[in-house]
Amino acid sequence: MNAYFRPDTLAEALDVLETESVTVAAGCTDLFPATERPTLPGSILDITAIPGLRGVQQTADGWRIGATASWADIIRADLPPAFDMLQQAGREVGSVQIQTAGTIAGNLCNASPAADGVPPLLALDASVELTSKTGTRCLPLSSFVIGVRQTALVPGELVSAITIPNSAGEGASRFLKLGARRYLVISIAMVAVRLSVRSDKIASAAIAVGACSPVAQRLDMLEARLIGLPVGGVAKAITGDVVSPSLSPIDDVRGDAGYREDAAIELIQRAVTRAVEDVS
Amino acid sequence: MKDLPGIALTVNGAQAHLDVHPGRRLSEVLREDLGLKGTKVGCDAGDCGACTVLIDGAPVCACLTPVARVQGAEVTTVEGIATVPGLQEAFLRHGAAQCGICTPGMLVAASALLSRTDTPSRADVEDALGGVLCRCTGYAKIIDAVLDVSGAGDPLVPEAGAAIGAPVRRLDGGPKVDGTEVFGADFAPEGALLVKAIRSPHFAGGFSFGDIDAWAETNQVRVFTARDIPGRNRFSVIPAFVDQPALADGVVRMRGEAVAVIAGPPDVVEHLDLSGFPVQWDQQDPIMTADQATPNGAQQVHKDRNGNLLIAGKVRCGDPEQALAKAAQTCSGQATTGYVEHAYIEPEAGAAWMQGDTLVIHACTQAPVMDRDELAAILGLEQSQVRIIPSAAGGGFGAKLDLSLQPLIGLVTLKTGLPSRMVYTRRESMSSTTKRHPGQMTARAGIDAAGKLTSMVFDGDFNTGAYASWGPTVAVRVPVHACGPYRIPNYHAEARAIHTNGPVSGAFRGFGVPQAAILQETLFDDLALAAGIDRLAFRQINALRDGDRTVCGQELYGVGIEDCLEALEGPWADALAAAQAANASKDTIKRGVGIASCWYGCGNTSLPNPSTIRLGLTRHGHLRLHQGAADIGQGANTVIAQICADAMGVALSQFELVGPDTAVTPDCGKTSASRQTFVTGKAAMLAGQALRAKILGQTNMGAGARISLQGDCIEVTDGSHNRRIDLSALPEDQHGYVLSVDETYDPPTGALDENGQGVPYAVYGYGAQIAEVDVDLKLGTVTVIRMTAAHDLGRVINPLLAEGQIEGGIAQGLGLALMEEYLPGRTENLHDYLIPTIGDMPEIRSILIEKPDPEGPFGAKGLGEHVLIPTAPAILNAIRHASGARIDRVPALPHRVLRAIRRAGS
Repeated sequence: MNAYFRPDTLAEALDVLETESVTVAAGCTDLFPATERPTLPGSILDITAIPGLRGVQQTADGWRIGATASWADIIRADLPPAFDMLQQAGREVGSVQIQTAGTIAGNLCNASPAADGVPPLLALDASVELTSKTGTRCLPLSSFVIGVRQTALVPGELVSAITIPNSAGEGASRFLKLGARRYLVISIAMVAVRLSVRSDKIASAAIAVGACSPVAQRLDMLEARLIGLPVGGVAKAITGDVVSPSLSPIDDVRGDAGYREDAAIELIQRAVTRAVEDVS
Repeated sequence: MKDLPGIALTVNGAQAHLDVHPGRRLSEVLREDLGLKGTKVGCDAGDCGACTVLIDGAPVCACLTPVARVQGAEVTTVEGIATVPGLQEAFLRHGAAQCGICTPGMLVAASALLSRTDTPSRADVEDALGGVLCRCTGYAKIIDAVLDVSGAGDPLVPEAGAAIGAPVRRLDGGPKVDGTEVFGADFAPEGALLVKAIRSPHFAGGFSFGDIDAWAETNQVRVFTARDIPGRNRFSVIPAFVDQPALADGVVRMRGEAVAVIAGPPDVVEHLDLSGFPVQWDQQDPIMTADQATPNGAQQVHKDRNGNLLIAGKVRCGDPEQALAKAAQTCSGQATTGYVEHAYIEPEAGAAWMQGDTLVIHACTQAPVMDRDELAAILGLEQSQVRIIPSAAGGGFGAKLDLSLQPLIGLVTLKTGLPSRMVYTRRESMSSTTKRHPGQMTARAGIDAAGKLTSMVFDGDFNTGAYASWGPTVAVRVPVHACGPYRIPNYHAEARAIHTNGPVSGAFRGFGVPQAAILQETLFDDLALAAGIDRLAFRQINALRDGDRTVCGQELYGVGIEDCLEALEGPWADALAAAQAANASKDTIKRGVGIASCWYGCGNTSLPNPSTIRLGLTRHGHLRLHQGAADIGQGANTVIAQICADAMGVALSQFELVGPDTAVTPDCGKTSASRQTFVTGKAAMLAGQALRAKILGQTNMGAGARISLQGDCIEVTDGSHNRRIDLSALPEDQHGYVLSVDETYDPPTGALDENGQGVPYAVYGYGAQIAEVDVDLKLGTVTVIRMTAAHDLGRVINPLLAEGQIEGGIAQGLGLALMEEYLPGRTENLHDYLIPTIGDMPEIRSILIEKPDPEGPFGAKGLGEHVLIPTAPAILNAIRHASGARIDRVPALPHRVLRAIRRAGS
């Protein structure tokens, strides 16, 4: 029979990870749908009994989201407006059932192009903390998710936390998801926007788009263009020439590539406009 | 590290200790180890929420929860939510449960909300229940129920003679809200073998087996293939087109087709690696669309069906081409629709066992007697050697008319002598069972200077997939109905059912008529706009009236479409005014209003489809109604009893329901074609009247006498006269009754001639719906704000259930219009195939019209399919009104709508 490990310390988990061939399990909202069997296949390392991996904490450096923090934990956490987009994304993940069980770290590890967690975390300058027996390393999120269903995890490593620097706690934020129905829907496109405004001008901008490329992207060119613009005319500055080069949308059952590109621009305009309203 | 010798938890307040694998799905453990079968499994992927339970008060999908996770936790299932006062009662009171398969998940999710707040808002309810899919109700009554748990109202118990028209709660509702209803997967005979099928991963090709016997021996299971089938390895719902093998024999014509079954002890079968099964596939290029199937030289799916044509249907009257040439205005159009999946929340499931020489099948079905007869043929048994006991059906909508797992478990049990059971996975259900026919349709129509329709020509190819199923019905029904409920003196309509290697297209609520209505009703908007006539007025000008002849030449009476359209005049004017007001201040989101009508013939097209109702009194005074119609959630158990009660003049509460069960209930036909209220209802009326006449005859009392049951006596009172029949003194007949009747009704229809002229149906129902939608001109997204639905039921037997049908039909019509498209091999799950959630449903206003039908029982007409037909075209017409976008392909996904908006603007 396949082994099922459910350690209550990180050290024990890392021991298992080093010696056994296991699948790391947290919320299981992606693992179970991948099998039709009544039992999780293969040997499992269940990390949900490790107290140190739970919860969302504010630290001296910023914020730390534990590897087993669920979407429901994120939604309930007391966080500044810069995190509104992350909480809004959380409320759009699947359903309350999925939000209760599913973890944000698992959402990153699953590395779906349409992962709801990635755009807001990119716009929060998030890093991923990876721990193994040999130590801990931190990767910027953009270096962690490296392709469709591909991450930078190496054998023996697990995600222990997601960290967000104090500098990203500034400003107002918005998340917009476009799908063909209200609940339980995979995005056609989604955007996350975080802005700060000083003297009626955009002082900082962090903008990310998901489901329009193999991995969600920050839009550096667009961000650079917006900084310094007066808030009144900002939506007009959001145009294809600074958005499209960052995207590589595909045709699939949910929408075609051209539509995705147009929708992303429209969604960014709306999210930016609303974020500006929030800070003004 | 924690040792895990077992898992201790609390379930519904009771301690439990489990010795199971910690990685096992909680849903599986609750159902199989703890026997708590109220928790339903619809997808095993978190897409449907049917398995929702609470862990320490928080809702989760039990199918996504490894049981290790509940160590030391408090788990609450539907069996334990009676602690939320009034919730289950509110579901019954509001008619919030139809088939009942989603009900436990809904109740549990609602209980989590109600433990947080006593006064939730509608938005709170939507957020709390957004993760539970329902395919029957359209969610409206579920929301009403959750918002009204503190509401009052005792169950209505109508007096004798007052059952019809009363909003009686469904008689079979109790088990649906307390988790005790037994669906196909909920009953497992002791020692049942678990059955799994090996299915084709390819759409077309051949296959051969390796050493099956060795594989079976190695794995300690039994394997059965086509060579083991003792009878005729072919079935189909229509005897003339029998073509589908129960197990494919060397050739596969569709993905998902079963080629072998494996049976063994559950713990063995569960762990099998089926990828090692010795079968070699010879994959061939499939034909997937009607376009690919029809050219000369196209490969044939069936050798004997030239041009891949299964059958064509035609209706012709007058001289349509000449009339088009003379018309004041003509318009032409085309429309394309895709495969649509029934997406009932209950995947096919059931059990089989031997009872002496009789094979018993307990499975979800819409057609118990058809199942019996087809199974007998496949398995080489007499019909009397097969007994079908339908389980509760967790939705059907047409697909559970066809056989699915019945021959597979039947074969295993017949061959082994052992009981067996099978539960389809969601993927298995979606890939192997029937779909709505994709349609490629063109039409032209013309009007005179006054806006009267003078002519219409319709032509459609319907992709009927690999096997016949209900393709012939679609090909015949579509030409009869493609004109809508309108007078058109010159008409020519043809529909062809074309074979491909796609999924079998079968019956799905409307048999092709919803597809045809999409084209016809959008085309009639073109005509109204071209003529400058208000779109509702255009339909009123052309609506069929009593005494008119249909395109089949049938003279109609009891025609209610004018009444429906008239009832919509006020809502139409209000909606148009509201849209104008809303649009004055908005640039990006535009409101639009659309309307569409429907008509639909109830029962088989020009073919016999009798129902027989038995009604009997025992010597102890039990009044038993043998109700053989499968109640798949639509309410036959309740409606048939209401009709029978008033026909007999006895209180509804006196009736005991028996069946359905082919051993004890006479044939009430299939639950399809909106026929049960009409056909079985009429048989129930005749039975009630006959038993009444018998009692009055025996007591020599007048027609107006009152009959009441008093213990084991019948008391008959007429004014001051009073007589009794002592039932205990009477001899019992073969069915154990001292007084009984069997009454049969078969609708009077006639064959259609070569031009489709004749009497295809005895009764038609009518309706019209208004859609109000918001269209986002920049994103192409569509939000349906409100549907106003006027339907002519002839006589409303049960308004509560009728509203439930309308709301549920609108939900499916909305899905057809905006989001549902089954792509073979790509959307075999409920996250890539989208059906409406609770948050996608508009406000629905139902208007019930009663224009009595001369033939229907107490004037009643069918409703079940009618309600879906106008929804999609009404929404498309509203999108066009809002945005100018003319949509000719459904679903109107955002990218298609945006493209159409741009096309309209350029």
